[in-house]
Amino acid sequence: MSKEVGAVVSRVGWLRSAQRIAAFAAVRIAGLFVTVAIAVYLTIVIANMGGKVDELRIVQIQSTIAEAARANPAFASMPSDEKLKLIESQVQNEIVRLRLDQPFAERSVDYLWQALRLNLGRAEQMHSDSGSREVASIIAERLPATLLLFGTAQLLVFFSSIWIALHLSRRYGSWLDRIVIALAPSSAAPGWFYGIFLILAFSFLTPILPPGGMVAAPPPEDPVEYALSVAGHMVLPVAAMFLSSIFISIYSWRTFFLIHASEDYVEMAKAKGLSSSQIEMRYILRPTLPPIVTSFAFMLIGLWGGAIILEQVFNWPGLGSLAFRAIGFRDTPVIIATVVIFAYLLAVTVLLLDLVYAVLDPRVKLGGGRS
Amino acid sequence: MNALFEGLRELRRYPSAMAGLVVIVGFVAMALYAVLAIPYGTALELWRGGDHWRQHPINARPSWTNWFRAEDLPTTLRVAADDANAVVSQFEGATLRTVAIDLDYEYRTFPSELNLFVEARYESLQPFVRLTWKTPDGRAIPLGARRIERNERISISQDQALERRLGLVPQVGLLADPASEGAPRALPGRYRIELEAVLFEPDSTVSATLVSYGRVHGMAGTDHQRRDLMVALLWGTPIALAFGLIAAIGTTLATLVIAAAGVWFGGWLDSLIQRITEVNMILPVLPILVMVGTLYSTSIWIMLGVVVTFGVFSGSIKMYRAMLLPIREAAYIEAARVYGASNTRMILRYMIPRVLPVLIPSFVTLVPGFVFLEASLAVLGLGDPQLPTWGKIMNDAQTESALYNGYYYWVLSPATLLMLTGLGFAMLGFALDRVFNPRLRAI
Repeated sequence: MSKEVGAVVSRVGWLRSAQRIAAFAAVRIAGLFVTVAIAVYLTIVIANMGGKVDELRIVQIQSTIAEAARANPAFASMPSDEKLKLIESQVQNEIVRLRLDQPFAERSVDYLWQALRLNLGRAEQMHSDSGSREVASIIAERLPATLLLFGTAQLLVFFSSIWIALHLSRRYGSWLDRIVIALAPSSAAPGWFYGIFLILAFSFLTPILPPGGMVAAPPPEDPVEYALSVAGHMVLPVAAMFLSSIFISIYSWRTFFLIHASEDYVEMAKAKGLSSSQIEMRYILRPTLPPIVTSFAFMLIGLWGGAIILEQVFNWPGLGSLAFRAIGFRDTPVIIATVVIFAYLLAVTVLLLDLVYAVLDPRVKLGGGRS
Repeated sequence: MNALFEGLRELRRYPSAMAGLVVIVGFVAMALYAVLAIPYGTALELWRGGDHWRQHPINARPSWTNWFRAEDLPTTLRVAADDANAVVSQFEGATLRTVAIDLDYEYRTFPSELNLFVEARYESLQPFVRLTWKTPDGRAIPLGARRIERNERISISQDQALERRLGLVPQVGLLADPASEGAPRALPGRYRIELEAVLFEPDSTVSATLVSYGRVHGMAGTDHQRRDLMVALLWGTPIALAFGLIAAIGTTLATLVIAAAGVWFGGWLDSLIQRITEVNMILPVLPILVMVGTLYSTSIWIMLGVVVTFGVFSGSIKMYRAMLLPIREAAYIEAARVYGASNTRMILRYMIPRVLPVLIPSFVTLVPGFVFLEASLAVLGLGDPQLPTWGKIMNDAQTESALYNGYYYWVLSPATLLMLTGLGFAMLGFALDRVFNPRLRAI
């Protein structure tokens, strides 16, 4: 009898907390959506120079049509004012087609709506390697390259730094620990900077690795060879990112673990005579898991930030170099698409983190009712 | 404030902090020297390139690279014609004036170029000049004859006909040792250009300077536009320091004041600041900077403004907020409130000074990030169009494929300066962090 009551109570409790979390999630999602919308709108305004890009575009349309009309032999015999009228009407058509006759403020809201629905539209100048003008397929072509390169580097940095930091925190003050502390300031330089040195050392002084690109040209037919070629091209950029962030990463995790290792319950565990690996797993890693998960998630998202320049230095065909070229072409749909995708990824990460916290950590206060 | 001085005194115990300080002081001295030695206008003028540099070699390495080389590469040699010993003979309606230009060449390697700069003075009839090259071992090679403009550069090394005659590029063929086997080697000794000028006017004169362009130049070498890299290496220092320091001071102070105002007033202001920060954290900064650089202007001041604007509402605003919240409840704040201190006084005099010590290390560690950000933008080709900066040297080097062509100095010297600046501030910042953050000091 009492067992059943207990089960009912716990089911009610579970339901209640599920409700609570759903309500919390709904509020959070709404908040994040507004945040993303504002960020994307700002990007739209900046990328269009507050509407100034439109004037450039109109001038461009006029000159392209005038040029085409001049080159067209069918128009050669036409009287000049008739030709002008024809050009003028073609320009008007094009302006209407691109909706440049409507005020920018109105269109910018429409852009925003399309962007938020991930209706990324068509590029103005650029196209994918397969020839498509759809922004979505241009990005789909570049995204895997960026994910592969930065994902590899970040995972490598993350896991090796946590592993090394755990070991160092156990024997802090050792010479290895001191070396890491002394090397930590070297992370002031970004990855591309180390990249230049690595290219110099391993592609030119001792030419053993390619200085840039993603695969050998022409790309090998055999998939195994292809993968090997990509791996060979990845060594230098991954090493550059690894070098630039490994020491600071070890240093900050080490300090973080040291602070936690001085907690009373760790002292207690030591007094009980537990082995150091047991202490690490149960008493240091487990309570510090939430911040570790947070930084892992942000690290995965943050990889986009440095992509522009690193991909430029290593000539890597990823999202960063795509964004750089898009900005150079003033191809606003592509620029906005890259930012929208980034914003969505970040927002989803933040939301997931919030939810994971709400589920896992009873100390996190939720916005809704109390239990 | 006392804690501040005590902390600074404690810094002396950290050798890395002292090393960082020495580096920073060194760079500040270098910046001062640059600003004093080459005034701003002159630096821009020089970096624009053009005629200032016509007597400088293209892509010459720094001269110290000779220390690592078995055979020295030549430096640039300039010799003017020996006008005092000119031989003059008069003819009907013309004067024949023969002068010698003596080049003492001590190297076994070849110059990168040979040019003769000739200046002529005449009313309407151009003087006529015949040139002969005389080697130390007594051979005479005619270099041709021509009419001379008022200001003329005779590019001996680009003389196609001469190259065909010699079978080698002129700057090699003219100086090659005929006895050398295999790869040609230069014959050291005194070379002479004999310049026979026929002047058709009584007041007409011709003066000439021979420039044998070196393969090494100065402490820094030259670039593809013959510009001495020293100008940009020197002037890059004040620019990098100014950009890094202004951006770091601007962002930290503005962030702190805004965070303090949010904490003090609370309510809608606080939540507005929080929301702006969240929006800002979603915006990718570098792509936006690239956008601003491409679409609007690459002026360094505009970039600086954008960097500071985006830096203000960063994640650190949340950190400062967390630090300031308990201070707001402190007893002395209560006391100040009772005697009726104004809001500004509360924020600026009572709240901010309390967190300043924590702020100093983060400010110092921010500097290298901004210095490298400026370099990153320049490497992407969005450097200030006028200013000579380290990043722009690297950008030039990259577009000219410096590494591929073996001009390593072109990349390495600005990169080394950048790295040193970054390391200097980072080492100082790390030590400051350990001094001012008691939680770390216990460890």
